[in-house]
Amino acid sequence: AYRTDEGQPWVLPVVKKVEQLIANDNSLNHEYLPILGLPEFRANASRIALGDDSPAIKENRVGSVQSLGGTGALRIGAEFLRRWYNGNNNTATPVYVSTPTWENHNSVFMDAGFKDIRTYHYWDAAKRGLDLQGLLNDMENAPQSSIFILHACAHNPTGTDPSPEQWKQIAAVMKRRSLFPFFDSAYQGFASGSLDKDAWAVRFFVSEGFELFCAQSFSKNFGLYNERVGNLTVVGKDADNVQRVLSQMEKIVRTTWSNPPSQGARIVATTLSSPQLFDEWKGNVKTMADRVLLMRSELRSRLEALGTPGTWNHITEQIGMFSFTGLNPKQVEYMVKEKHIYLMASGRINMCGLTTKNLDYVAKSIHEAVTKIQ
Amino acid sequence: SSWWSHVEMGPPDPILGVTEAFKRDTNSKKMNLGVGAYRDDNGKPYVLNCVRKAEAMIASKKMDKEYLPIGGLVDFTRASAELALGENSEVIKSGRYITVQGISGTGSLRIGANFLQRFFKPSRDVYLPKPSWGNHTPIFRDAGMQLQAYRYYDPKTCSLDFSGAVDDISKIPEKSIILLHACAHNPTGVDPRQEQWKELAAVVKKRNLLVFFDMAYQGFASGDINRDAWAVRHFIEQGINIVLSQSFAKNMGLYGERAGAFTVICKDAEEAKRVESQLKILIRPMYSNPPMNGARIASTILNTPDLRKEWLMEVKGMADRIISMRTQLVSNLKKEGSSHNWQHITDQIGMFCFTGLKPEQVERLIKEFSIYMTKDGRISVAGVSSGNVGYLAHAIHQVTK
Repeated sequence: AYRTDEGQPWVLPVVKKVEQLIANDNSLNHEYLPILGLPEFRANASRIALGDDSPAIKENRVGSVQSLGGTGALRIGAEFLRRWYNGNNNTATPVYVSTPTWENHNSVFMDAGFKDIRTYHYWDAAKRGLDLQGLLNDMENAPQSSIFILHACAHNPTGTDPSPEQWKQIAAVMKRRSLFPFFDSAYQGFASGSLDKDAWAVRFFVSEGFELFCAQSFSKNFGLYNERVGNLTVVGKDADNVQRVLSQMEKIVRTTWSNPPSQGARIVATTLSSPQLFDEWKGNVKTMADRVLLMRSELRSRLEALGTPGTWNHITEQIGMFSFTGLNPKQVEYMVKEKHIYLMASGRINMCGLTTKNLDYVAKSIHEAVTKIQ
Repeated sequence: SSWWSHVEMGPPDPILGVTEAFKRDTNSKKMNLGVGAYRDDNGKPYVLNCVRKAEAMIASKKMDKEYLPIGGLVDFTRASAELALGENSEVIKSGRYITVQGISGTGSLRIGANFLQRFFKPSRDVYLPKPSWGNHTPIFRDAGMQLQAYRYYDPKTCSLDFSGAVDDISKIPEKSIILLHACAHNPTGVDPRQEQWKELAAVVKKRNLLVFFDMAYQGFASGDINRDAWAVRHFIEQGINIVLSQSFAKNMGLYGERAGAFTVICKDAEEAKRVESQLKILIRPMYSNPPMNGARIASTILNTPDLRKEWLMEVKGMADRIISMRTQLVSNLKKEGSSHNWQHITDQIGMFCFTGLKPEQVERLIKEFSIYMTKDGRISVAGVSSGNVGYLAHAIHQVTK
């Protein structure tokens, strides 16, 4: 979760404002939302992902399912795919997740009934970057119709995203091999500070004519973590197909949670549908993204100034909340035990944990870990 | 071509269809008796005062929005368990239970269904009363269970087919799962009397069945939370380690906030810890962790003495209005000159009433009087008000005389 420079959680100012508006609106009540969610939320959420001028939206071939966070959107999408994709109830369709990936991806698709979950190459530990060739090879060799979980931006946990050129190559292979793109978009806006930039990959795939799913989370970019606000965007060939897909997703939702929680969706819908509040939100998002970017550049410059062995450009080249530092498990153990700096055994740090007050300490500690421990 | 060419159009939701048709109707006298939500005497949704107060209290605390634990808000789950079991329950005192927050009743049922599918080895069979809430079947089916039924409602008397129920339940294979509605049976409104519950508990115990209680209307049925939880508490006192799903949608009017809970009563606190760990493993790949807002409101109400008192009065107020509408409907039917026995309307309890109307009669009510209900003759008494109960009685009389 995001933290301020004082190391505190941050409720976005625009969220506070909108919550006040909601609290003061006596016309509102706590009635059930429709099964697929709040209509104003759904439309706005998908519009955020695909862009105001999205051809898919204009052509009325976009559907949306309000979900319980990004996880809920992934689960509804996975349940639908298991029932209706690549035949009927085909649990054998391979599902590919990146190496590494958010650990819950595996469980979501397994619990949805998929029996064959595979990995695709992604992180190149040696060069501390994207193993594009490995990724493309895996796609070439994947059975046709395989499902690929793609991180739309700010890859979790590596922070390493394909460049636009690399995305183009990925899309080309996927199109040729008839692979299904399922985007996980948990950090739109939060990664680069720009909603459009962070949505580039998803929009590119749409422009290439793909049918795809995009699981969106508003946990981070709206700071609405515990309200569980998410959206599954469905892009199909035409309105008729999308309508039938949604009707079946409705049945899945009905037996999972019946209808989604209303508070978080109201906050997002109100914000996104008001030009003024929308601008304010974009500003809040940029504040968060900028702080993370600042911490990245400050950490990197300190490590380089200290002469810490190795190269540290990956700290600023990676994007989003997380960074794969390249520290090995022994070095991580040193950080945790000796320096009381908590990071994952994989060497992943949460950039949000860095503050102007602890930057020096963290940089020195990394320096020590790298020089003392091999 | 599309990946989805072969995807069939899902059937329209039967209850939603009622509301859709109602919305389209231009008759000023129209009534929506399909709605599964409470309405006040003006036919409007009712936000409880204690809810508004709780919301104000919460807003003033300026809390953050950090993720809840996977199992939910602890103050909420503890209070939910105490509400259901009674705070003096030996189960609560010994800690031999686990309650996790669920997405209202549906989500809690689903967690339970998935848990049983994964960990209840003896049987795949879940026995539902005939009839049951329409969503029970697909929930358990999607969780990978099989559905069976036991006799429950007697359409001839519009009341409980007790001997049929006992007969069927006595024959359920040992170690099967039986689902019971704790109070205010949905859709019939027919509940066993306490003596009947005692007998059911004995049979269930004899057959060694796993009991899954669905309690969606505690407080809302009789107006008394302890009375409505009597069956649940009796079963536990008889040594039956039940599992339980609770909803706060109706009794706190928190419908869209999705506040609910799933409880497993265990052998001891150690077993409860192991069960908890597995519930979390089920929840995480579904939605990671539950929504805060409804749980926080419910928790504030349950844990703040003044608000809890106010809530108990308000839930009694809702229950009383429903009971009063039942009474008025029957007396109006008598006034209309109906010769039928409408006692079941006042014998039944909770939001819903199985009128006994046949599909053709329901059709006439819809077409000729713009009174909307589901084909099975179920009405939501919550949709009846002092302003329209006379019209309803008149219409029912017209189609049944």
